[in-house]
Amino acid sequence: MSARDNILGKIRGALGRSRPMTETEAAALRAKLRDHPRGPQPAMNWEPVSRFRERCLSLSSTVDEVATLDQVPAAVGRYLAGSGLERTGVCWPEYAGLNWAGAGLSIEARPAGGDDKIGITGTYCAIAETGTLMLLSGPDTHPVTSLLPETHIAIAPTTRILVSIEDGMDLLRRERSELPRQVAFVSGPSRTADIEMTLVLGIHGPYRVHIVLVTG
Amino acid sequence: MQVQSEKFKAGAAKSLNNPHLLKAMGNLRNRMVTGRAKSILELDNFEEIREAARATRDLALANLDYLLEEFERNATARGTNVHWAETGKDVNQLVLDIARSNNVRKIIKSKSMLGEETGLNHFLEASGIEVRETDLGEYIIQEAGETPSHIIAPAIHRTKDEVSDLFHEKHKLPRKTDIAEMTREARMVLRPHFLSADMGISGANFLVAESGTTMIVTNEGNGRMTTTLPRVHVAIVGIEKVLPTLEDVAFILRLLTRSATGQSISNYLTFTTGPKQPGDKDGPDEFHVIIVDAGRTKVLDSNLREALRCIRCGACMNHCPVYQNIGGHPYGWVYPGPIGSVLTPAFVGIENAIDLPNAATFCNQCGVVCPVKIPLPDLMRKLREKQVERGLRPRSERLGLKVWAWFAARPTLYSALTRIAARLGHWAGGRTGLIHSLLGGAGWTRDRDLPAPQGKTFRDLYAARARRRI
Repeated sequence: MSARDNILGKIRGALGRSRPMTETEAAALRAKLRDHPRGPQPAMNWEPVSRFRERCLSLSSTVDEVATLDQVPAAVGRYLAGSGLERTGVCWPEYAGLNWAGAGLSIEARPAGGDDKIGITGTYCAIAETGTLMLLSGPDTHPVTSLLPETHIAIAPTTRILVSIEDGMDLLRRERSELPRQVAFVSGPSRTADIEMTLVLGIHGPYRVHIVLVTG
Repeated sequence: MQVQSEKFKAGAAKSLNNPHLLKAMGNLRNRMVTGRAKSILELDNFEEIREAARATRDLALANLDYLLEEFERNATARGTNVHWAETGKDVNQLVLDIARSNNVRKIIKSKSMLGEETGLNHFLEASGIEVRETDLGEYIIQEAGETPSHIIAPAIHRTKDEVSDLFHEKHKLPRKTDIAEMTREARMVLRPHFLSADMGISGANFLVAESGTTMIVTNEGNGRMTTTLPRVHVAIVGIEKVLPTLEDVAFILRLLTRSATGQSISNYLTFTTGPKQPGDKDGPDEFHVIIVDAGRTKVLDSNLREALRCIRCGACMNHCPVYQNIGGHPYGWVYPGPIGSVLTPAFVGIENAIDLPNAATFCNQCGVVCPVKIPLPDLMRKLREKQVERGLRPRSERLGLKVWAWFAARPTLYSALTRIAARLGHWAGGRTGLIHSLLGGAGWTRDRDLPAPQGKTFRDLYAARARRRI
């Protein structure tokens, strides 16, 4: 007997099943897995974009807004200058064509390494309930870029601000046939309170998360 | 991890005399208890969600076999290697085998309480592999050679000054006294390990059956790094952690993070499905999930099954008046507080943790705050009953109860004796009505006075009242 058979056997024994589940029992569970109904939702009577902004700020993220994607480099330049940060970093390939140099930035389109200071990414969608970015892994959407640099800058179209994580899951089910390797929900800069319950931003992940909303 | 629960009383006494610990525990009370209370107000239907979470966890436990097989099927289809381990020893061996077959020399770890159960770090280190804990709290206690005292804030018992001394000694860098600077130093020390490790080990908050996904909740980002950077990843997960769907995870998370730290959401929710996909430039080449029994099927088969609903938020310990005063170490194993008082005897044998189910005031704060409604006092009571049935209680207590039962079965004698005792007690209380020192029970009156009986027994008062009514 393998460990697998032993464990499943003990589970069936404990559950009082002398045999595998009946067809009716299995059908009920299969329906749950197929229909994946939502659990009870709390009241969410707010306007998603303003809620998203408000929640981001409460999580110590910062938020900016531009009308079109072309305006992103200048906005990022202003943010970095205002915060006194370095102007070199990396971005996801889809933003390689933006005029970073024109905004006085030196941005390479490659996955971030351990020493890169700024990582610029897109956002699969954003979650208003909690001020969260939903990021999917992929050949051109490198998780390391939102994780290793000290500053993470996320570009998010306001049209992709959804209400809840459940909405994000729904969108994913509609647009993709299967989950990517990693689905990450990022809510503000990395934080810890492991020393005397004192909150500190920036332990292993970014110290700063700056979100540039694109309204156009 | 070695079970030390039989030393509970000595450990508790030591804790109560440790001013550093009491200060540290005060921080916990302020932050976690207040934080939870505030954050659940964000949910207008908190109780409705809580009831649904209980029902969903029960549904998962009632169908564990089906859901684990479903998880295995879906995970395997995505290239995950699924393993099964019956004991903690088997877990350690499996991890070592995976490490050896991949020529692993350095491992980074994201916090896993199951890893604490099996003593995984010591086992791997004894086999010549370097293991680095990366959760800041877990890193602190690893460097200090200690065990965690809280399931989500493992170094809660350490003060800032103690951590400052420890970092100074271990990092050989100028002493820092500011918490933000100490945290930055830990980041600087740990970053190279993240980048050079061959293998990552994590637990999982949940397994998702429908998609074969493992899911981790962290604030620090170390869970996401551990599952992204090294070329091999191993997740070790108890059989009870499975949930049917992504939607189930989503709605239960609203309770988990609020109950744990009072956050509306934790910083990083990382859902991992299989290894690196074609074209991916990051992510592990191999992804392993070890599904672990280690005593859980025994609990499933007992009257303590409800304890397996646990989603490891730590709210029960944060709110426990006993835990708040003694911290986690006296409990003597991986899980402290009320849930530990149930899981420890259930996993390691009730004879090895006699004091734990009794280390409770039964105030039911734990039961009130538990996000999945585990009736913790009831489960502790069941364990107490089992202790009596198995004759595990101390001789003096068994004898005392026998004597009491003998008298209680003789109402006239019992009534006469209690009347005398009540009067004696009243006399002993004197003018203050307080007994300062109890004969044969010095422990009860060492730190406080015992209010003296008022002179009449309940039976006398009841009879007098009945006469007045007529």
